[in-house]
Amino acid sequence: MTTTSNAVDHHDDHHHEHEAHMAEIGNFGFWLYILSDCLLFATLFATFAVMSQSFAGAITPGELIDINLLAVQTAALLLSSFTFGVAMLAAHKKNMFQLWLWLVITGLLGLAFLAMEIYEFQHFAHEGATPQASGYWSSFFALVGTHGLHVTAGLFWMVVLFFHFRRDGFSSSNMQRLSYLSLFWHFLDIIWICVFSFVYLRGLM
Amino acid sequence: MAVQTDLIKDPHILTGKLHWGVIPYTDPVVLPVMIAAVLGGLALFALITYKGWWGYLWKEWITSVDHKKIGIMYVIVALVMLFRGFSDAVLMRTNQALSVADEFGGGYLPPEHYDQIFTAHGVIMIFFVATPLMVGIMNVVMPLQIGARDVAFPVLNSLSFWLFFVGAMLVNISLFIGEFAATGWLAYTPLSGIDYSPGVGVDYWIWALQISGIGTTLTALNFVATILKMRAPGMNLMKMPVFTWTTFIANLIALVIFPILTVAIGMLTLDRYFDFNFFTNDNGGNQMMWVNLIWAWGHPEVYFLILPAFGMITEVVATFSRKRLFGYVSLVWATAVIGILSFLVWLHHFFTMGSGASVNAFFGIMTMIIGIPTGVKLYNWIFTMYKGRVELTASMWWVIAMLITFTIGGMTGVMLAIPANDFMLHNSMFVPAHFHNVIIGGAVYGYFAGMTYWFPKATGFKLNETLGKASCAFWFFGYFFAWVPMYFTGFDGMTRRLQYVDNLDWITNMNISLFGVALIAIGIGLNLLCIAWSIYKRNEPEYRDETGDPWDAPTLEWYTSSPPQFYNFGHIPHVDDLEPLRKMKKDGVAYQRPEKYERIHMPKNSWMGPVVGLLTLPMGFGLVWHIWWMVGASFLAIIAAWLRFSFERDKDYYVEVEEVEKIEGEFLAANQGRRFTNGLDH
Repeated sequence: MTTTSNAVDHHDDHHHEHEAHMAEIGNFGFWLYILSDCLLFATLFATFAVMSQSFAGAITPGELIDINLLAVQTAALLLSSFTFGVAMLAAHKKNMFQLWLWLVITGLLGLAFLAMEIYEFQHFAHEGATPQASGYWSSFFALVGTHGLHVTAGLFWMVVLFFHFRRDGFSSSNMQRLSYLSLFWHFLDIIWICVFSFVYLRGLM
Repeated sequence: MAVQTDLIKDPHILTGKLHWGVIPYTDPVVLPVMIAAVLGGLALFALITYKGWWGYLWKEWITSVDHKKIGIMYVIVALVMLFRGFSDAVLMRTNQALSVADEFGGGYLPPEHYDQIFTAHGVIMIFFVATPLMVGIMNVVMPLQIGARDVAFPVLNSLSFWLFFVGAMLVNISLFIGEFAATGWLAYTPLSGIDYSPGVGVDYWIWALQISGIGTTLTALNFVATILKMRAPGMNLMKMPVFTWTTFIANLIALVIFPILTVAIGMLTLDRYFDFNFFTNDNGGNQMMWVNLIWAWGHPEVYFLILPAFGMITEVVATFSRKRLFGYVSLVWATAVIGILSFLVWLHHFFTMGSGASVNAFFGIMTMIIGIPTGVKLYNWIFTMYKGRVELTASMWWVIAMLITFTIGGMTGVMLAIPANDFMLHNSMFVPAHFHNVIIGGAVYGYFAGMTYWFPKATGFKLNETLGKASCAFWFFGYFFAWVPMYFTGFDGMTRRLQYVDNLDWITNMNISLFGVALIAIGIGLNLLCIAWSIYKRNEPEYRDETGDPWDAPTLEWYTSSPPQFYNFGHIPHVDDLEPLRKMKKDGVAYQRPEKYERIHMPKNSWMGPVVGLLTLPMGFGLVWHIWWMVGASFLAIIAAWLRFSFERDKDYYVEVEEVEKIEGEFLAANQGRRFTNGLDH
């Protein structure tokens, strides 16, 4: 390995071709990750379905869920998916200011969502709906909490991306990172729609 | 391992639940092992330091992202763990055989120790022997078979290995510090809940499986992406070798099922650490949900283990029958069908749950249907041999051992698949006899066939044929002596997991079984001797593999030197046949210098895999013992290391044309004037 050269060589067709191929493999790999994450949530949803009547005498969700808070919370997360889309458009136009403007808005909406979730969890626990109260609440907190942890990870990732972009700008690897995060963020939205329908609306019924 | 320690209810802020009493220095079985392990570890450490090998190990192995080296490391750890798993088996068999002769008074192992031994045996053999043996061989072979330079995500591959390694280490640490689970290998609730297993044993089980399971998920993702995106030009899906097909389906299964295991173990963790009520007896917990989840993962898992073994058998049969594989298309479809059906049978592990006649009938029928594609495969292998020029090499011995043993195991499986039968046999010794029949007879023999076959590819020299055949013979007869008597005791009503056997009618069965274990022990000894002897003789002409193609084989992995260069292929050939190398030999174009070489893009070694992987060891240990500062510090260190890696720029390099030309020239020269005989007339 004596006669080797560094791969950062931008005037090389072979290199560009190779980079495009690597990006394609990376995208595919990230989709596979999303697939396995889907199965993770599917297992949590299945558990929730099995536990959906296991109240064990503890308080039931119908007495607790505040539909107004839920509406605001859902709106915040869905809107953040839209603003992330706008941020992606800005990135494709290589407009750094707009990219950050829209990503910051996305991040704030995500934070608002999390804040409401934490408030809700505390409120529930205060009313006696702790994860320990019953099988139902164990599965509720595990499912909704896992989604919340994913959102937290996404926010953390956004902060890391800020430093990546500050260092390397719109490099191809940064664009790739951004598209992964975008995929991840939209995926969390879809999961939330399922949580909203199967956990909250069903709980209200 | 055996001590019943005082439980610390309030963990100390620095040491958690640890105290001196958790080290089993009073146990006459564990103490010698502990002394040997500590002294052996120190001796190894001293030797490496004295010889100055740390730098070499770090640069060439620990940080390596080369799939071939990672594969070899998997196999080495698997063989070490096989030693431990088999020791557990010997302890169980001797204890039962001694206990049935009344004068010994119930065997020499106390119940709480015995329970940990059968749990550890199952966990180790499945997760830390069978899985890594298979993943190791897949790592070495699959990228070569499809003409790739590495896997899709080489650094991730290294991380997978180190996560698996940490899982294995946690199981080993539990032998010396604290205890292991005493619950059976799948830790059924509520027994594994905090009320019935208040010690740290189940926590070791949880974190060993959780950490190595994440490694397996990442491997699955990696291999699926590799197979779908990195095949040589011209190799469409229906030109992929069968081993690659089985690797593909197996990893697709793993990618989908391991999240179920992750979540199930996560929920058990919440139950045990935070008093959640998923699987508890009260507050609406549901124990059968654990059993369903664990088998929704566990049954596809056994197909994840056996499909690649089928693939290895296929490659060996095709090569040594010296003719074209019979029924490639049906083999591929049989693999895919088994992959799908594997998701529809999990309930047959607990027909006795009481889910009703129609549910049981559905799962019983589905289980029997799996016999059809599996039978297709057996016929494919037999018809490949039919009218071939079969060469009975050591790997073919393993294949034939597998065909016989696995067929019998499959038939007892169909017996168990009938729910009415299962109500009689559930939890009896018939069940372990059946699954050892298919796991040893199917998966393990397949892995040994594959290991013998591909050993020269990975190392550059062949294994001794005579010792390999002798090992196979001892394993083959040892298996039947060890387990056929258990089919009978199972019919007679002997239940599984008995610490002592008090029915004197079974004394003959116990002793025959013990004799079988002795034969298998000789088989394992010969296995190790075979490897050691071959390493010793590696430079002699009959062992050395100069050409890269010692078996005159048909597939692409043999179209490069042994061991292959770090870049695998100097020039990746265009594939236009299922057996590309055989076709090239037939057309007289094999081993010719390509018109021009191109420079080769390669990933650099990375510290990330070992550093992040090994940091999960203190994290897992801290979680087991409730040492929260250790958990927090390791977690933060993992995040920091991950971030540092994500900001690294210099991750790859090019190998220049001149260097490729030089290396390849030597390889092609070794193949000048070779004559090929392998089934070229077919």
